[in-house]
Amino acid sequence: MKMKWMGIAAAAAMAALSVTSVDAVAKTKACWVYVGAVGDFGWTYEHNHGREMAQKHFGDKVETVFVENVKEGPDSERAITRFARSGCNIIFTTSFGYMEPTLKVAKKFPDVKFEHATGYKTSKNVTTYNAKFHEGRYVIGQIAARTSKTGIAGYIVSFPIPEVIAGINAFMLGAQSVNPDFKVKVVWVNSWFDPGKEADAAKVLISQGADILTQHTDSAAPMQIAEAQGKHAFGQASDQSKFGPKAQLTAIIDNWGPYYIRRIQAVMDGNWKTASSWDGMAEGTVSMAPMKNMTDAVAAEAMKTVEGIKKGTIHPFTGPITKQDGSVIGEAGKPLADGEILGMKWYVKGIDDKLQK
Amino acid sequence: MEAIILTIITAATPLLLAAMGELVVERSGVLNLGVEGMMVVGAVCGFGAAYASGSVTLGILAGIAGGMIIALLFAIMTQTFLSNQVATGLALTLLGLGVSGLIGESFVGVPGVKLGQIYIPLLTDLPYVGRILFGQDILVYGSVALMMATSYVLFKTRTGLVIRAVGGNHHSAHALGYNVIAVRYAAILFGGACAGLAGAYLSLAYTPQWVENMTAGRGWIALALVVFASWMPVRIMIGAYLFGTIWILGLVVQAMGYGIPSQLLSSLPYLVTIAALVIISGNRTLTKINSPAMIGQPFVPDR
Repeated sequence: MKMKWMGIAAAAAMAALSVTSVDAVAKTKACWVYVGAVGDFGWTYEHNHGREMAQKHFGDKVETVFVENVKEGPDSERAITRFARSGCNIIFTTSFGYMEPTLKVAKKFPDVKFEHATGYKTSKNVTTYNAKFHEGRYVIGQIAARTSKTGIAGYIVSFPIPEVIAGINAFMLGAQSVNPDFKVKVVWVNSWFDPGKEADAAKVLISQGADILTQHTDSAAPMQIAEAQGKHAFGQASDQSKFGPKAQLTAIIDNWGPYYIRRIQAVMDGNWKTASSWDGMAEGTVSMAPMKNMTDAVAAEAMKTVEGIKKGTIHPFTGPITKQDGSVIGEAGKPLADGEILGMKWYVKGIDDKLQK
Repeated sequence: MEAIILTIITAATPLLLAAMGELVVERSGVLNLGVEGMMVVGAVCGFGAAYASGSVTLGILAGIAGGMIIALLFAIMTQTFLSNQVATGLALTLLGLGVSGLIGESFVGVPGVKLGQIYIPLLTDLPYVGRILFGQDILVYGSVALMMATSYVLFKTRTGLVIRAVGGNHHSAHALGYNVIAVRYAAILFGGACAGLAGAYLSLAYTPQWVENMTAGRGWIALALVVFASWMPVRIMIGAYLFGTIWILGLVVQAMGYGIPSQLLSSLPYLVTIAALVIISGNRTLTKINSPAMIGQPFVPDR
């Protein structure tokens, strides 16, 4: 009895193997490593949407493959190596924690191109790419300060990496440009994705007087809490107005498709080069969902800021900026250097939270 | 204050539900590490059924059924085919996460149906305690009732005695004429139902939406609660609520901006709960008596 079952299982496994090993030859193979599930409706969802756009754009000429829910650390190294061995021509690794694993694997596979999202280390065949989300955060900071009645916003965050800290700072600077006394309460949930904990944090923040929520975590749970309690919130990574038709003011939307298409094209044309791409609103990688649930005047002001950022006349991090410790950074009227923003490890003045050293 | 207590109750309920099911499973001498998998399948089935039909009741029933179906697989593998329980349980978690993602593909990004709170005129409006005692959703009361019922059945009825006998020494129970395998099948299915219900609570009441992996490790916390509560229903409830309390207070303290490291606050619920339950279960002889001796061991009737 037992033997028969094992025989069936073995046969099934053989069949599965033989199907996957037959594959087209000259196709360009693009592969993605995701930190979350494609169904998270946030960060990974948008990367996968970008992949789908690329697939649609290239049709039969490109094969796209992805693996989801890959933990940062040793697991990711295994996943990236497997992709590199399986004949991927270009591999996109889409989380900050994949930085060292990506570099390590890239060294072993010099012919494969690697693209690491949100990191800051490049090599001969490793490019980094990121989006200027802080531009969007500056805009929503202004909207928050104009819409809030209590003058307090709640900010739900994942991990204290530069991108997240820059987001908090940009939000605060935007808010302060409207209301210098605006307060931001920060709660770290130490996870990119835990709907329950994000919802808990949202409830706690509201109970402490925050009437606007924003987040740098990946689920729509805080939006639902805001909707249920009659408060406002900003969508994360995708338009989440379905979860908060009355709550969502706007959302910062990630749009990776154009970038992926460009880079895969470069691989096909043979002119792929290492670069550090950092696109923002001007290139369309960062965009805003329709402004809702606010007065026309607030929406108009927000659109003005968006236009200014696109044209380059407004920069969220324009000096001089006073840090939390009282020191001042940046020259008057000049934006901070990109490197300073990409490696940000300090808070601007006015944020209650403390960063661990 | 009221808002915080309400949040604590919501956070504790799924843990309590899932742990109560696993308690019965382990009391019958089976170790099912697949709680997370059964829970997440319960979550997607509950969400899907409620979304499709518009009825929360159907959602809850579907969540229970979903958890039971996955549990049935575990029962068939470990009880009938005698596979290793630890490995099968772990596989069950992986299977559950995968299957739920597949089922839930079309539910991503759609708002679900929310389980409403009860309202009793006058009582719910009482100051301070009204909403906490008389304004919860039905599953919160259900979880407390489940705890009491489990405790009663396990320790005051013949059925409970049989379950514990099977978990304590399956050869003796078999010699006395009890059908060990059947008892364990029933216990595993009960565990699946509870885990499924806990999952449905997540996707219908806690955060009424479906996203992959939405259980985010709660099944593992429930598993740990069972062991640290030394297989006693009341202690599981204490543990679940203690865990919820420290968990939420950690967030409260952060929002107040005292600058206490969030990593410390995030790990506190685990540390405090383990410490508290270990102290409660301090009597080692009693703990030994309570722990099911046959846990994880397959039963093969020798005659």
